[in-house]
Amino acid sequence: MSVKVYVPRDATALALGAERVAQALAAEAQARGEAVTLVRNGSRGLFWLEPMVEVETPAGRVAYGPVKARDVPGLFEAGFLRGGRHALGQGLTHEIPYLARQERLTFARVGVTDPLSLDDYLAHGGYRGLRNTLGLAPADVVKAITDSGLRGRGGAAFPAGIKWQTVLKAEGPQKYVVCNADEGDSGTFSDRMLMEGDPFALIEGMSIAGVAVGATRGYIYLRCEYPHAHHALNAAIATAYQRGHLGTDILGSGKRFDLEVRLGAGAYICGEETSLLESLEGKRGQVRFRPPLPAIKGLFGQPTVINNVMTLASVPVILDKGAEYYRDYGVGRSRGTLPFQLAGNIKRGGLVEKAFGLSLRELLEEFGGGTRSGRPMRAAQVGGPLGPYVPAARFDTPLDYEAFAAMGAMVGHGGITVFDDTVDMASMARFAMEFCAAESCGKCTPCRIGSTRGVEVIDRLVAGQQPDKQEALLRDLCETMTHGSLCALGGLTPGPVLSALNHFPEDFSKPRQAAA
Amino acid sequence: MKAHLQEQPLRPMPAARPLAAADRARVLEVIGRLRDLPGALLPVLHGVQDALGYVPAGAVSLIAAELNLSRAEVHGVVTFYHYFRTSPPGKQVLQLCRAEACQAVGAAALEGHVKRKLGVDFHQTTADGCYTLEPVYCLGNCACGPSLMLGDELHGMVDAPAFDALLQEVQS
Repeated sequence: MSVKVYVPRDATALALGAERVAQALAAEAQARGEAVTLVRNGSRGLFWLEPMVEVETPAGRVAYGPVKARDVPGLFEAGFLRGGRHALGQGLTHEIPYLARQERLTFARVGVTDPLSLDDYLAHGGYRGLRNTLGLAPADVVKAITDSGLRGRGGAAFPAGIKWQTVLKAEGPQKYVVCNADEGDSGTFSDRMLMEGDPFALIEGMSIAGVAVGATRGYIYLRCEYPHAHHALNAAIATAYQRGHLGTDILGSGKRFDLEVRLGAGAYICGEETSLLESLEGKRGQVRFRPPLPAIKGLFGQPTVINNVMTLASVPVILDKGAEYYRDYGVGRSRGTLPFQLAGNIKRGGLVEKAFGLSLRELLEEFGGGTRSGRPMRAAQVGGPLGPYVPAARFDTPLDYEAFAAMGAMVGHGGITVFDDTVDMASMARFAMEFCAAESCGKCTPCRIGSTRGVEVIDRLVAGQQPDKQEALLRDLCETMTHGSLCALGGLTPGPVLSALNHFPEDFSKPRQAAA
Repeated sequence: MKAHLQEQPLRPMPAARPLAAADRARVLEVIGRLRDLPGALLPVLHGVQDALGYVPAGAVSLIAAELNLSRAEVHGVVTFYHYFRTSPPGKQVLQLCRAEACQAVGAAALEGHVKRKLGVDFHQTTADGCYTLEPVYCLGNCACGPSLMLGDELHGMVDAPAFDALLQEVQS
């Protein structure tokens, strides 16, 4: 009887040596005459344990990690194929506290199934959402999304149902569903994990969106820095076509939905939805003026649903289990769950899907275990490079969109980058401006010019040249960028800059060396 | 006051030298395969860079003529996106993450080490033609930085000794 052994093919697991572990396992099993079926799953998101090897036993899946290739002979000696004890043993996977305390809706299958097996997907509840959708009137599908309270998970948190409703009502010969998979924010990796670990969930979510609004074509705009996700999506799409889950007659309904992956080319700005649409049309990724909204005139001038990976991948569970089921998670106007990502200087980094409402401290201390360096946490940047820095004194704030907005921060995409007390916040503020200068699309002056001037002003401020004057100038510049920029890049860059200045003024007041 | 901005390479529109026959054939093959896609230019540029390692000026005029665009439009798109190269890279492209999550765990120190070790700055190729060093803003490995990508292979938790070991391994 062959034993199932799971070794993730997730990019982070691979970055830590999972491929070698898989090869060593296969070779060792063969040498010992043990029958082993190797499954290359996604990651469970417990990155400090990657590469995390799991073995299927009668009691459930047993985890070992972090496993190096050189540990493999020892694992066999310890009888790990029967769940034997070993120094790297973590016990039953589902009982590991980090996982046991999560509420996994969007990530229910990630790390559990073989990502490229449609049968595995179907066996774990896949395509029930689309089947339900096909039996509903389009307006009722949109209503379910609206009632679920799902808001755009890419950062802007706009109610998804309202977007869909606008596209449903818009007239056009060819409507589109576009998935924003240009996950360029530092500190975020949930889109990547899902695309690598459960690509059919995204395909199903986009198909539901297509059926709901009457769109027959979909595009996934994927950043080219994600080659592993690219392979996984293309393989899953090919299977979905072969098995009639995409194409001219999806699930025998007579309805059509075609889907294709398009690669970006290293432009951060293309995560902004109108830049993304320009890029998909084969142009420079420059921001468009709004109105018209993409829902009215989007891709190639046609009505377009454009949502982030997490938003679309959360759709199947809503149509499967109902709007109430999803809405019952969360607090206030932040409904459902958010896959938080613990990144940067954190001891137990990874993915934590929880209902909205827990505090940042619970997340960083109870799940994250504090910093990797062992030093005190000083600040966390929540919501990517455009998210303001939150000082450790404010870590008790509950994670919901409104509570974070009220303290001048943002939840955004749920990516959290932790810094210890060695961080120089003036250099982080400078980096925010530098990044904006490098990635500005150039269309509007506050962003294009303001970011370069911002770097210069921060340099003068830190060098102590008339600091009061420089600080006033920097605040004035930030005001102009906030209110005068066309999109969130120029408009939100002042967030990290001013939060650093307001919460950590001491870092700006003494002369320092210019940052590298 | 001098700004210490990360230098962006200037990429003026070079005079278009015609492509060698073999390269021309490969570019035409890519265009022929992809030209009917809606919004074909980015897929075509990816195809050309996959085939030749970069997008030569001669390919720009060819693509422009075939897709009925102006040379300026194609050049504008090529130079807008960081990923597209207008000159041939070394044997391997080394992308080093400069973003916040990697900075929080020592990316700046690693950057200094890598530049010293290879003797190049960003956007440059080592004297032996082996490595082209490029900055990248996030590889999606933010819980296990500092991160780098060598070719298509991602590496995490890279400090100076780990980088040296990686180079040694690649070279042997």
